[in-house]
Amino acid sequence: METATTLKDVALLEKHKALGAKIVPFAGYNMPLQYTGLTDEHLNVRNAVGVFDVSHMGEFMVKGKGALDLIQKVTSNDASKLFDGKVQYSCLPNDKGGIVDDLLVYKINDEEYMLVVNASNIEKDWNWINGLNTFDAQLENISDDISLLAIQGPKAVEAMQSLTSVDLKAMEYYTFKIDTFAGIENAIISATGYTGAGGFEIYVKNKDAEKLWDAVFEAGKDFGIKPAGLACRDTLRTEMGFCLYGNDIDDTTSPIEAGLGWITKFTKDFTNSENLKKQKEEGTTRKLVGFEMIEKGIPRHGYELVDASGNNIGVVTSGTMSPSLNLGIGMGYVKKDLAKVDNEIFVKIRDKQVKAKIVKFPFYKG
Amino acid sequence: MNFPSELKYTKDHEWVKVEGDVATIGVTDFAQGELGDIVYVEIETVGDTLNKEEVFGSVEAVKTVSDLFMPIGGEVLKVNSALDSSPEVVNSDPYGEGWMVKVKIANASELDELMSADDYKAHIGQ
Repeated sequence: METATTLKDVALLEKHKALGAKIVPFAGYNMPLQYTGLTDEHLNVRNAVGVFDVSHMGEFMVKGKGALDLIQKVTSNDASKLFDGKVQYSCLPNDKGGIVDDLLVYKINDEEYMLVVNASNIEKDWNWINGLNTFDAQLENISDDISLLAIQGPKAVEAMQSLTSVDLKAMEYYTFKIDTFAGIENAIISATGYTGAGGFEIYVKNKDAEKLWDAVFEAGKDFGIKPAGLACRDTLRTEMGFCLYGNDIDDTTSPIEAGLGWITKFTKDFTNSENLKKQKEEGTTRKLVGFEMIEKGIPRHGYELVDASGNNIGVVTSGTMSPSLNLGIGMGYVKKDLAKVDNEIFVKIRDKQVKAKIVKFPFYKG
Repeated sequence: MNFPSELKYTKDHEWVKVEGDVATIGVTDFAQGELGDIVYVEIETVGDTLNKEEVFGSVEAVKTVSDLFMPIGGEVLKVNSALDSSPEVVNSDPYGEGWMVKVKIANASELDELMSADDYKAHIGQ
């Protein structure tokens, strides 16, 4: 049974309140859900630049001679391919075929890595990784000391360039630098994000969070910069078909059926790799697909997917009205033989079957 | 937030305006704010006679969907068809252009069970 816990505050909570944000409990933290409105914030990220406080995310440092061996054991992607300053999307498979969490792996140097995990899974991941640490790697959970701003949108590079001597335009997607940003030394400047809109994620110590926030908004004021809440973070990631842990992937979904075969590399041995390899070779019974509504309706997490005769063929894991496409879009698991692009499927919305069709990710093509 | 004193309210965040034996029904300023950007209003109960607290339709925002409940029993006479093309007026003008249905009041005594503006404000903690 879960015990009652007190909600944590991000360092910038008072800033968000002063901006009129609607604050909600999320993954154990008081977080800004929205400021001016979901659609407005969403479109501002797509068209200009928006700033998310995602300081609830967890960060673990992994150090020592055994660091890479531990990461290779616990993650599905091949971290030996990383170079210093490279980021990799990966997941932590469990030993029952499911996923403990999805995460980012940052290689700082041969004996120093940073793992960035979902806020709701910090404790679970920490225990899981420590339980597999037979490699004498040194682990440190720095989640409570780190603030993280995601500055996302097509104008992010231009808007932020005045804050650093690092050539932001030259940074490739999924690379990072540790350098001075907004006068803050040793900031992690990471060309990553969860929106598909381009931009950066900046990691600093909590004590520097306010300085960072103020500098980012000052630098971005001529570029239409606005704060963006968690609500539009979810609609933005859904438009890209990015998985959300707890919705599209969880302890029971395999990375293969979730379409994460591309981060599941059998060039190495890792947790449950033999079973997952077999699954990849033999195929799975269901597959995560994206679909667009043909008839009017909005799919929601948990809605049933059916065929034309009303037979169950799967379930919706994420769904929303797409603010960019002005269309209902969703992700869900569908029986393998029906999981083909352009196939017509139906979403059971209350007592109605509403027509949809399977499409390729991403929904939003920019 | 605005809660006109001449309206009556339900715990489910509908408002009711009474004119003779017809009640106009919509959702409150608080409800539209909680829902966020409204993208569909679906009401397919015109002509139906429904009891108090039965579902007469649903309202969909980008991230959430919520049922609409009859504040009182009666026949659904009319739906605000302007919401088909402009559901966002529920956000911008919840008590005016954003009205949802007109209902023929079956039993006027049910109106006494509704909340005043002050009671509703207390209900939502304002």
